[in-house]
Amino acid sequence: MTNITTSSDELTPPQEIALKSLIEDGLPLVTHPYQQLAETIGSSESAVIQTIRSWLDDGLIKRWGIVVKHHSVGYTHNAMVVWDVPNHQVDEIGERIKASGLVSLCYRRPRRLPHWPYNLFCMIHGKNREAVMAQIERLINDIGLQHLSRDVLFSYKQYKQCGGHFLRRSVTPFSTSGHRTQHG
Amino acid sequence: MDEIDRTIIRELQYGFPITDSPFAEVASRLGLSEAELLDRITRLREDNTLTRFGPMYQIERLGGAFSLAAMSVPAEAFDQIAEIVNQLPEIAHNYERNHELNMWFVIATESVEGVSEVVDKLEQLTGYKVFNMPKLEEYYVGLFFDL
Repeated sequence: MTNITTSSDELTPPQEIALKSLIEDGLPLVTHPYQQLAETIGSSESAVIQTIRSWLDDGLIKRWGIVVKHHSVGYTHNAMVVWDVPNHQVDEIGERIKASGLVSLCYRRPRRLPHWPYNLFCMIHGKNREAVMAQIERLINDIGLQHLSRDVLFSYKQYKQCGGHFLRRSVTPFSTSGHRTQHG
Repeated sequence: MDEIDRTIIRELQYGFPITDSPFAEVASRLGLSEAELLDRITRLREDNTLTRFGPMYQIERLGGAFSLAAMSVPAEAFDQIAEIVNQLPEIAHNYERNHELNMWFVIATESVEGVSEVVDKLEQLTGYKVFNMPKLEEYYVGLFFDL
């Protein structure tokens, strides 16, 4: 045992569960937010801080902080760019797309033949259609993807956007009801 | 939203300190008072410019699942079908797109089995086939805005 910790500075399993759910509702917007969380679950502030840091380090939390609504910061256009990549090249091309810094999301997904031949999906967000198209052109040229069959799916309308809640609680899991806004 | 709001968002989209006085720390980096920063973040949160302030979980680690799914819906039925789809609380985004598969939505569930249950339910409710395309590999997630 090289780590020496005092038991009072670690959360109990029930406290961890409570913290996971509490922060999903949002960090308290006060001077000492972690102190306030600690008081709510009956622990020390340092235990809360250590626990959240460890969740970030080990990947349970992918990002910590704000999530921005695209529309409100002027990113009103998005395109889903999809590629039909030979199976043995998907990982390599996925990594190159990631490294390009030109896309916001990049995933491998299954084809659904004969209706859907594409297995690599990227999202590109922009302030207008021209900016998105220019970004796609850059991606194709920078990485050399001209030879792959692709499609670009712009969005016309957004019918629903809301943040997901994943931890079981007594209230409805989604706070925003379906709404429709003109989009792209 | 003014230039100061944009500066705050630009700064915070890359992360938030996990320290005893995080707002004071960010405020001093931006040359704002802590009170002003808190007021502005509270307002941006209330008017939903920021849809959340907290963790983005790796959902699989919590036992849940995300999937992307698509349907091919005739134009004249689109609004009606969208309404049926969006009524399910597991539907997180829904976009109309320019393709034969023209309705694209994200399914978010608290369990892995939940996704196929939602797919079955949607097919029953709408009568249209749902193409479920769960992620097989994640290469990149990083949505940063150039404000």
